[in-house]
Amino acid sequence: MTDLLSANHISVYRDGKTILEDVSLSIGKQDFITIIGPNGAGKSMLLKCMMGFYAPSRGDVARREGLKIGYVPQRLVADHTVPIRVRRFLTLRKRAAKDALMKVAAETAIEEILDQPIHVLSGGELQRVLLARALLDDPDLLVLDEPAQNLDVTGQLAFYKLIEKIYAERDVSILMVSHDLHLVMSSTREVVCLYHHICCHGEPSMVTRDPEFISLFGNDMARLMAVYNHSHDHDHNHDEAAPLHDHGHSHDHEHMEKLDG
Amino acid sequence: MVDDFILRALAAGIGVALIAGPLGCFVVWRRMAYFGDSLAHSALLGIALGLLYGININLGTVIVCAAFALLLVWLQQRRVLATDTLLGILAHAALSIGMVALSFLNNVSFDLYSYLFGDILTVRISDLYWIYGGGLMVIGLLILNWSSLTLMTLHEDLARAEGVNTVWANILLMLLMTIVVAVSIRIVGILLITSMLIIPAATARQLVTSPESMAIWAAVFGLIAVIAGISGSVEFDTPSGPSIVTAAAIMFALFSTFAVVRRRA
Repeated sequence: MTDLLSANHISVYRDGKTILEDVSLSIGKQDFITIIGPNGAGKSMLLKCMMGFYAPSRGDVARREGLKIGYVPQRLVADHTVPIRVRRFLTLRKRAAKDALMKVAAETAIEEILDQPIHVLSGGELQRVLLARALLDDPDLLVLDEPAQNLDVTGQLAFYKLIEKIYAERDVSILMVSHDLHLVMSSTREVVCLYHHICCHGEPSMVTRDPEFISLFGNDMARLMAVYNHSHDHDHNHDEAAPLHDHGHSHDHEHMEKLDG
Repeated sequence: MVDDFILRALAAGIGVALIAGPLGCFVVWRRMAYFGDSLAHSALLGIALGLLYGININLGTVIVCAAFALLLVWLQQRRVLATDTLLGILAHAALSIGMVALSFLNNVSFDLYSYLFGDILTVRISDLYWIYGGGLMVIGLLILNWSSLTLMTLHEDLARAEGVNTVWANILLMLLMTIVVAVSIRIVGILLITSMLIIPAATARQLVTSPESMAIWAAVFGLIAVIAGISGSVEFDTPSGPSIVTAAAIMFALFSTFAVVRRRA
């Protein structure tokens, strides 16, 4: 079996409501799959089932033997009452050699804040710390649950670029739930559009033309996506603030070709 | 020469402080103060059952408090009522049933006051076994599960994703509190047990930058409060629980002021 993680015909019923209906999804090596869908579509439930937090009413989830998953939650509510520094937070329950820790810290640009208490960090810094923690075990699969939900637009852009960079540089598959359709469209390889069942899936550019996608998000959104895709490309050439943008050439290129064609 | 009963009380108090401090950090972090209070109230039912059926009072308390905690978890899973409502119902029901049961005990001399506020004269050698036996278990389980519990406190789903059984960990914390409540009654009394959990931990929070040092300092502050409180209790013939808590509260006030001044400077 080449799949790292797969959901096979899972359904979830709760309080007489259908949350997920016959959903199948599999993540293989080098996949970058983004699950999109409106609020209450069952995205988080699908992720919970795939992570094994919740047993589906029907169907099953198969996980490759020895699979290492790095999980990045939506947010960490840093609580003043718990005194803890970033360095200690990263090594809670994990045994990381010092150079491994420093390597991941450099990758996620958190070297400067390693000795700060987590409750003083900004939203973007916290998300990078969570990402660093997920990367420490050298995972085969990164699972991200709306990881940029609580960031401002600049922060979101920077965070998704960081994910893109990690995907490009590491041998890691990515499964992400996201609300930020316009921002993920350019980085993800495959989009799964979920509304209790899988409405459509495929390459980003294909999905936005799918009638089911249009009926779910509306024609305006579908058209907007194209616009966003476009301006996004322009955007990151100008974006001096985002620290991790110089990797994007080949990626830009790809899009330009698409636009040309 | 110091009297035996004072030495026994000190030994008991020190044992209680050493376990209540570190466990109290979780009570502060996870906002379990109300749970601790409710658990302590239900202890009265344990005492009543112990006296009625002639079982050891510590054992009676552990059994009733553990049943209380498990009942609470079960009710929480049903998600019909909020936790504080459930706690209010369970705690006061247990307290009332305990009082009703105690009123049937008219042939036994029973000093309610000493159970509510602690009485160093009541500490027996067998209580010391309970405190140190239970204490070693609490500290051992706490150290073994420290990272998992701390991670769970910071982010429940993250802990679950990394293999922590969070349901079990929650029950573990409750059961550890059960033990602390049961063994603290003699010294601090039912009404004041929660303060032994939270005041030393809250005092420690003002000084530290890591969860581990907070646990250690909480134990140290608890220790000082116990020694000061019991000495005061012997000296001025005051009830031991309130004396210990007064000492702890003074320390809290001092360090809070100190922390504010330092931040301004």
